[in-house]
Amino acid sequence: MSPPDHISRDQLIARVIGPSEAELTCDECFDALDRYVELELDGADADRVVAGMRPHLEGCPACQHDYGSLLAYLKSRPKSG
Amino acid sequence: MLSVGDSCRELGVVSVQRNSLPMPAVGPNTSALIPSLDAESSAWIVRLRGDSPDREQALSDLHALLLRATRFELRRRTAGQPHLRGGDREDIAHQSADDALLAILAKLDDYRGESRFTTWAYKFALLEAAVNVRQRAWQRREIPLDADHWALIADRTSTPDGVAESRELINALGNAIDQSLTPHQRAVLVAITLNDVPIDVLAQRLNSTRGALYKTLHDARRKLRAHLRERNLDIHAVRQSE
Repeated sequence: MSPPDHISRDQLIARVIGPSEAELTCDECFDALDRYVELELDGADADRVVAGMRPHLEGCPACQHDYGSLLAYLKSRPKSG
Repeated sequence: MLSVGDSCRELGVVSVQRNSLPMPAVGPNTSALIPSLDAESSAWIVRLRGDSPDREQALSDLHALLLRATRFELRRRTAGQPHLRGGDREDIAHQSADDALLAILAKLDDYRGESRFTTWAYKFALLEAAVNVRQRAWQRREIPLDADHWALIADRTSTPDGVAESRELINALGNAIDQSLTPHQRAVLVAITLNDVPIDVLAQRLNSTRGALYKTLHDARRKLRAHLRERNLDIHAVRQSE
């Protein structure tokens, strides 16, 4: 197993050192994820309302994955449901 | 967030039988605490209450919504996994929807109405499906925990102007990983950031939790950044190049 080939050296270094800004924990991220994604889809400033979410998503591949899934699913659905 | 799945197990549900889910009772006051709740979300809460005459139908309706979400996630995440046949995918979708329904009912009183109820519910379904897919994909695979792959990074190309600085950063980081981190911090950092091991898979193998492992990763990264700052190496330039 080795680092994926499509990722550059600088991207790998960034993955290793992680975000330097204050970030949410995984549990806090999950708690706020629905609100954050709805705000983003509504065009609001989600990063201002849910401080610490963006750095966490940059640093945590699993939470980034969960965020991407919820965003994609809501985009695929009619707004009421 | 592994605690979401854990909450199902805390309910004593080891193997969920379809159509016979043991449903925890739901407190009666959730909607009364959320005056700004939209009508559709309010209706869900009222229907899911323990004393609602419509509860069985509400549970069935919610399960159907969750199943649509888990099927969506399964389609998205298993396109490149030929070992997962259609029947396997459908089993995982149902199991994930079952687990999500239990998690939602156990946490219904935590719903604060900060999003639509369905959005709140979908995140449980998508999480359960994603965790199940990741666990299945890594079922019989060895988890690489050593730092040998660090050398591979040093061989990657970078922009010509940044080669010398990048090389210095690479060497400093390699030293920091070897010398500044505890063996556990090193194993977690390498597995997650260099070897793409999903954090919930790693948590299961190490008998830990997603939250605890991310805390370990966070502490390890903080040590690495401090190590680089002490040597006046610019980590901002790297982050901005992402």
